[in-house]
Amino acid sequence: MTEPLDSSKTEGLRKLLRLTNVRIVFQIIFFGLFVLSVWASWTSRIGGYPVSRFLEIDPLVSISTALSTGYIYRYLGWSLAIIVVTFLFGRVFCNWICPFGTLHQFVGWLFNIHPATKRIEQNQYHHLQYLKYGILVIFLMMAALGALQIGLLDPIVLMYRGFTVFVAPAADMLIDSATSFSSKAGMEPAFAASLKFAPGTASRVFVGSFWVGAFFLALIILNLWKPRFFCRFLCPLGALLGVISRYSLFRINRNVNRCTDCNLCLTRCEGASDPQGKVRVSECFSCMNCLDDCPEDALQFTMLGLDQNQVVSKPDLSRRRLLFAGLSGLFMFPLMRNNGRATDENFSPDMIRPPGSVAELEFLEKCIKCDQCINVCPTNVLQPATFKEGGFEGLWTPVMNFNIRHCQLKCALCSEVCPTGAIRKISVAEKLGKGEYGEQGPVRLGTAFINASRCLPWANQIPCVVCEEVCPVSPKAIQTIDEEVKDVYGNMVVLNKPFIVPDLCIGCGICQSECPVQDQPAVYVTAVGESRSQHRKLLLKFRTSEQV
Amino acid sequence: MAKEKYPHLDYQQRQMSRRDLIKKGVGIAAASAAASYLAFAPEHFPLSLKDDSGLRSLPTPDIFRLPDFRVAKEKSKFDLGLGRSGSVAVKLKKALDAVGGIEHYVKPGDIVLIKPNVAFDRSPNLGATSNPEIIKELIQLILVDCRAAEVRVADNPIESPADCFAKSGIRLAAEQAGGRVYLPDSNAFEILSTPGAVLIEQWPFFKRPFRDVNKVIGIAPVKDHNLCQASLGIKNWYGLLGGRRNQFHQDIHEIISDLSVMIQPTLTILDGTHILMENGPTGGDPSNVKNGDAVLVGVDPVAMDAWAFEHLLERTGELPEYLYKAEAKGSGKIDYRGRLKEVV
Repeated sequence: MTEPLDSSKTEGLRKLLRLTNVRIVFQIIFFGLFVLSVWASWTSRIGGYPVSRFLEIDPLVSISTALSTGYIYRYLGWSLAIIVVTFLFGRVFCNWICPFGTLHQFVGWLFNIHPATKRIEQNQYHHLQYLKYGILVIFLMMAALGALQIGLLDPIVLMYRGFTVFVAPAADMLIDSATSFSSKAGMEPAFAASLKFAPGTASRVFVGSFWVGAFFLALIILNLWKPRFFCRFLCPLGALLGVISRYSLFRINRNVNRCTDCNLCLTRCEGASDPQGKVRVSECFSCMNCLDDCPEDALQFTMLGLDQNQVVSKPDLSRRRLLFAGLSGLFMFPLMRNNGRATDENFSPDMIRPPGSVAELEFLEKCIKCDQCINVCPTNVLQPATFKEGGFEGLWTPVMNFNIRHCQLKCALCSEVCPTGAIRKISVAEKLGKGEYGEQGPVRLGTAFINASRCLPWANQIPCVVCEEVCPVSPKAIQTIDEEVKDVYGNMVVLNKPFIVPDLCIGCGICQSECPVQDQPAVYVTAVGESRSQHRKLLLKFRTSEQV
Repeated sequence: MAKEKYPHLDYQQRQMSRRDLIKKGVGIAAASAAASYLAFAPEHFPLSLKDDSGLRSLPTPDIFRLPDFRVAKEKSKFDLGLGRSGSVAVKLKKALDAVGGIEHYVKPGDIVLIKPNVAFDRSPNLGATSNPEIIKELIQLILVDCRAAEVRVADNPIESPADCFAKSGIRLAAEQAGGRVYLPDSNAFEILSTPGAVLIEQWPFFKRPFRDVNKVIGIAPVKDHNLCQASLGIKNWYGLLGGRRNQFHQDIHEIISDLSVMIQPTLTILDGTHILMENGPTGGDPSNVKNGDAVLVGVDPVAMDAWAFEHLLERTGELPEYLYKAEAKGSGKIDYRGRLKEVV
């Protein structure tokens, strides 16, 4: 070192407080906050915590929804914080904050073990790293046309969806099997059970969880081939921040006079950003590893005395590729829309959206598939959609599956956590059409119907009226025609044959989930009659008692 | 020269010894013999893994029985106590005193389970769930006056358990008074054997909160019921069942009378302050609820339900069929005349 006065003690402290160690502390804190936000989303814990904040500071979410809707919903303006930080320090978000980035780095650090020479090779800039800019352009083009698909690859969205549908249920399953062993040994099972992501309820299930989980896992496994594969090649948020960071104040600067071209700065270079040559600012994650690894102190993270010869500031996307990506986005939009699922021509009867959802076309402009609503749903009725309900465009957006559970009457948690307003924030009073919302009436999710050929009283002379019992509206939307008949064995039985009063039905689906004809319930809800769409109405008008 | 052309000429082999070969052979033979034993030894041999029928590999559920939680009543006291007028606490106290006082039923060191009806995600004034005031008052009596070791509150609601307990006000009431709430999850159930029951001789039961419990008290709202006319003290025990409960509506009277056989509670408490007169058992509108002025406590659930049906729900005509069935199964006597003491 240059200062001769440095005692060994202050030298030790400097070493301890070096930027890479500070960075690790940041990463642990932000990763912890992320897991906490998923854990705290359970109905008994949520209180008023801002469990969607990671999504709300995600600039890709705010910019793409601003493109698709023209507005900035609720807390999305907070993403300016990340944009400002990027203007100052470059892509620090990627390596100091992003929980998905932390996960990738951790997996690479633990499992991608190679000698330094091989790692130097792995961490060289790869010419295909421009792909992520192409992906960004395609997504933004589609968003501008009204189909928001950033959620397929946005890292924060991937984290929330992966945790909701894959990691949290897996953790709960492990705790369940651990407690069933420990309780056999005489230990109190209630405590361990209370730590679960979803405690005090039946184990949650998620339709299509295999593909969500497999996609998530595959992105992580790719680290074994190339460290930070996702971050370097695919991440559209990283690309967006890369575009911003070309203007950043601080960056890595190489002192060419000191540099001996040893390439050791590449041993742990997270972004593969060429610090050994002309540093590619748009690729650099500001991870600071190269500062530690340079034996000559030739590298600095600074805003002063930057060598303008030793930098590539622009992302590596030529104008022709930009044009090609834009055209691809343009053509992918009709490719997704042509099935008629989003418009009212061919909507799926199973496309039942959570309460507070805006009409389908607007919904698809806003939903980022983060599945926070699915995470927070206390009954497990909300499920990530498969291709069946909405085609590719609707993949992993929330739909209700009443074979699993129902939508609880006095609950609007999904609308509370939605970061983009695809499910608009509504109160329970608005959902039920009470008080000042009396005029507009309750939110209707769909309408129930009876399949008389599978209904026990209608088809089989067997008494049963569970659907009427559980119907939560007053007066009940399921009423009965009561008949006393002699059944096939000669016994007199009273059959309460149920029928639906569509004027009263709100489509909550509890009749379907409680129907004993479980696999294909005799009472079932379909999307027609949902109140979010004028075009999907069923009744001309709601009858009142004077007319009945 | 030769060494350069054939660089391995001076290579020395390390040949496997005869001893090592024999060891290896014996090892393979022993492993094969052990595996053959496991696979081919008849089922009754020790350590045999043989499964001829395919039935041995099926799971055998843990089946348990519930003890009788009743406490013999003092001769001079009544089977049913009715407390009228005053606060809920006063009414409860009056009713309890009529049947011998809570100290007679709960002893120091007891672990007590309270089973309220928390079936739906509804606020207390809608009458669909148990009255949190009574729960709070009862827990305090049990912990302070009776010096019980622990009070647990448990139910398996139809809707999300956490939400039902929160919005019914029962979690808050229980925890403020010092009780502990148990919510059901998929792991909390075991098969209960109930000899004498017709439909639930073996059925999944919410077992977890019952560990070491020696007293059980049911607190039920008085409700209209679309199918069985009334949901009262006996129907309340439905909330401890797991499995596909919705089949029971095919024979609702049989299942409710089975519930009276399944559990013999220490005490049953019926809340006659918020009575759900119509649109039951869910209610949903305050106009469905009648505000009464009575708390009923008793040791004979059948007599209690019969009295409550006629005097709290104010129904005339035939009693619900399940009460006759419960009586026939020996769970109590319908005829409440002369067994009720009303304290005003």
